[in-house]
Amino acid sequence: MDLEYGPEYDDFRSEVINFIKENEGVKLSGPMRDESRVNWQQKLIDNGYFARSVPKEYGGYGGHMDIIKLRIIAEEFAKSPIPKAMGGQGIQMLVPTLLSLGTEEQKQAYIRPTLRGEMIWCQGYSEPNSGSDLASLQTKGELDGDEWVINGQKIWTSTAQLAQMCFILVRTEPDAPKHQGISYLLMPMDSEGIDRRPIKQMTGDSDFNELFLTDVRIPAENIVGSRGEGWQVANATLGHERGSLADPNVTQNRLNSLIDLMKTETIDGQRVIDKPIFRDRLLSIQGRLMAQQSNALRILSSQINDGQDATLAKFIVKLQGTELRHELEGLAIDAMGELGTLYEDSPHLRDHGAWQQTYMYYLGLIIGGGTNQIQKNIISERALGMPKEPKVQGA
Amino acid sequence: MYFGLSEEQKSLEENISKFLSDNAPLDTIKAVADGEEAKADDIHKGIIELGLSGLMVPESYGGLGLNMLFATVVSSALGAGTAPVPYAGAYVMAPIAITLAGDEDQKNEWLPKIAGGEKVIGVGLSEFVGAREDAGIEFDKGKVSGRSLFLIDGKNADAYLLANKSGELFLIDSSSKGITVTELVTVDKTRTSIELTLDKVDATLLPGSSDLSVIEKVLDAGRLMLSADTVGASQVMLDKAVAYSLERKQFGRLIGSFQAVKHMCAEMAAELEPCHSMIWHAAHSQDSSTEDARLMACQTKAHVSEVGKQISKTSTEVHGGMGFTDELGLHYWFKRIGLNRQLLGSPELIREEAGKLQGFDQ
Ligand SMILES: Cc1cc2nc3c(=O)[nH]c(=O)nc-3n(C[C@H](O)[C@H](O)[C@H](O)COP(=O)(O)OP(=O)(O)OC[C@H]3O[C@@H](n4cnc5c(N)ncnc54)[C@H](O)[C@@H]3O)c2cc1C
Repeated sequence: MDLEYGPEYDDFRSEVINFIKENEGVKLSGPMRDESRVNWQQKLIDNGYFARSVPKEYGGYGGHMDIIKLRIIAEEFAKSPIPKAMGGQGIQMLVPTLLSLGTEEQKQAYIRPTLRGEMIWCQGYSEPNSGSDLASLQTKGELDGDEWVINGQKIWTSTAQLAQMCFILVRTEPDAPKHQGISYLLMPMDSEGIDRRPIKQMTGDSDFNELFLTDVRIPAENIVGSRGEGWQVANATLGHERGSLADPNVTQNRLNSLIDLMKTETIDGQRVIDKPIFRDRLLSIQGRLMAQQSNALRILSSQINDGQDATLAKFIVKLQGTELRHELEGLAIDAMGELGTLYEDSPHLRDHGAWQQTYMYYLGLIIGGGTNQIQKNIISERALGMPKEPKVQGA
Repeated sequence: MYFGLSEEQKSLEENISKFLSDNAPLDTIKAVADGEEAKADDIHKGIIELGLSGLMVPESYGGLGLNMLFATVVSSALGAGTAPVPYAGAYVMAPIAITLAGDEDQKNEWLPKIAGGEKVIGVGLSEFVGAREDAGIEFDKGKVSGRSLFLIDGKNADAYLLANKSGELFLIDSSSKGITVTELVTVDKTRTSIELTLDKVDATLLPGSSDLSVIEKVLDAGRLMLSADTVGASQVMLDKAVAYSLERKQFGRLIGSFQAVKHMCAEMAAELEPCHSMIWHAAHSQDSSTEDARLMACQTKAHVSEVGKQISKTSTEVHGGMGFTDELGLHYWFKRIGLNRQLLGSPELIREEAGKLQGFDQ
């Protein structure tokens, strides 16, 4: 066991700390794709704090893959209030997919604007009848000359209202077994035949959508991998999504805010944090978070040391992380008591209602990205080697 | 020995459920949540016609003179229907307080009008339970000043029933000078909430309330009403989860045939079933003024709130992405349970009280 990253990394850390100091005053407002956001994103790339190992020719920093440096960047940025690099499904899922499986033209066309935050992507996987059983999806893609013609319906498509592009799974080989009949296509959102309807969520926001696709035509070359390989292409990056939904470093930030909140809120003049009953709940959450952070270090270690297996450690991240985050937000609500129920533009609202909003949102993430019941199936079947449920005939 | 609801209580519950399913379907609840107050007023009128406003008013003052077990049945049915109407404050806590501690004039003035559905009294005990933001009110020479948050049933009320920190109860007329009403917006749009800022407002003391047992009884009743509301709402969330699991197919089978989904539903049922008994039992304890009535009220509110929280989460999960949508409307129950949890004391605070009641803080 050696938790030092090594002296060569100390310099790097001071460099990151310096950058953060110099940019302490930076605050971003304005919508996505706003120039100020794009410029900040580019500045992070130029300094190697974002898209570090993405080759220069595709708009990245072009550094070597060095997971420890990524870790240092994440650690230092997490401690500071300066804007973090933008995330989202394009950056987290599409870019890694294209880097490993895209054609040269696709890499040239899409990676740079995606990294810069100029091109927003949405993920068109789920359908009304294909959620947990994603591989049963029915949206059709037919090749007509040099174009794919897409027909069908997608649902729960997050950020489709902002997106210029959609990476979409469609059935192109109707006669093949269900996992082998799917292709992974890149669909411009301004194509004709896309009817987008926002879906309002329990939070009151409308970040996800239904997409009705009628004879949507996209160029034949907009396919990643070969025909019928879409399932493998998609699965190559589902792991990225699951890891990013519940990053313990982000939760740590949130825990810090919760501690601040519990120090400020009072009941009969006594600080909530001084009440043993609330404090114990806080500390119990902290303990669970520390376990998850240790788990993250172990995963990190397995990525830089040969022969270290962290399969199980990885499979539990989404399950544990989303549940913990939901509970953390719930504790904040209890700590505020009745004030914790305030929402929208109410007087006395704390932190713009973010605790209620996030409490609900993380319930959404317990469901999204593969429900936590499905996560448990995956953990038991793939990590613990337990048998799958018998298949239903014809499914 | 008979543990359970009487035929009369069961039929009351059925009547309310039928009234709400006819008059307050989800579309109506949505309209109310979106600001159509007139629709809520109609439902309010309807429950007055059913006699619910007079349930807890003694017969001698024009009410039905029924007991907490009846009120529990009502509150549970209203929670099940996410009914956008006043109840716990206006029709249970207020009449109990006035009956127990009001003088003859106060009783004559208020009780018949409560029973007749002519007057609504909003109730503000939050600061007595645990003051936030250093709010609180002071009573001095017939005037009250200060701040009270999260009045139950306070919006558009005709009067307010408030408590100071020593537990004395006061009535103020909502048209009196010196009152500023601020509307508070909570996640639960099926009920309203207000804050009062009071500057030397004329107030009348409920003379009997210098005896602390009065506010305790009012609080116990309120907590039981909120518990019953949560139980009713939780039952609907469980029922909806089971129903959805029998409709929705994935992997070529009903999701209800997956053991994971069955166990989620079975756990909800296992937690919830005793809660029905618990609210009846707590009501009975209040009705017969048993020694453990206070402890039961505390533990019922705390426990039911925890069970409700778990059920509101689990039921949403069983519904998958649909559960997270506004359209399905499951969130109205989720949020109602969420608000009940915090009103008149969140579980931690109430358990602290339950400990004190048993001398565990010495
Ligand atoms: C906030 C949010 C954002 C989302 N964003 C996107 C997006 O951008 N793009 C996209 O394509 N999709 C997105 N989704 C969709 C998400 O991936 C699906 O909701 C999820 O996979 C579940 O599918 P479903 O909603 O159809 O639920 P169902 O699959 O119908 O599940 C219903 C219930 O059955 C259970 N169940 C199903 N099968 C099994 C099984 N085999 N064993 C045990 N239990 C089972 C589930 O766990 C759940 O409790 C998002 C969802 C949410 C909530």
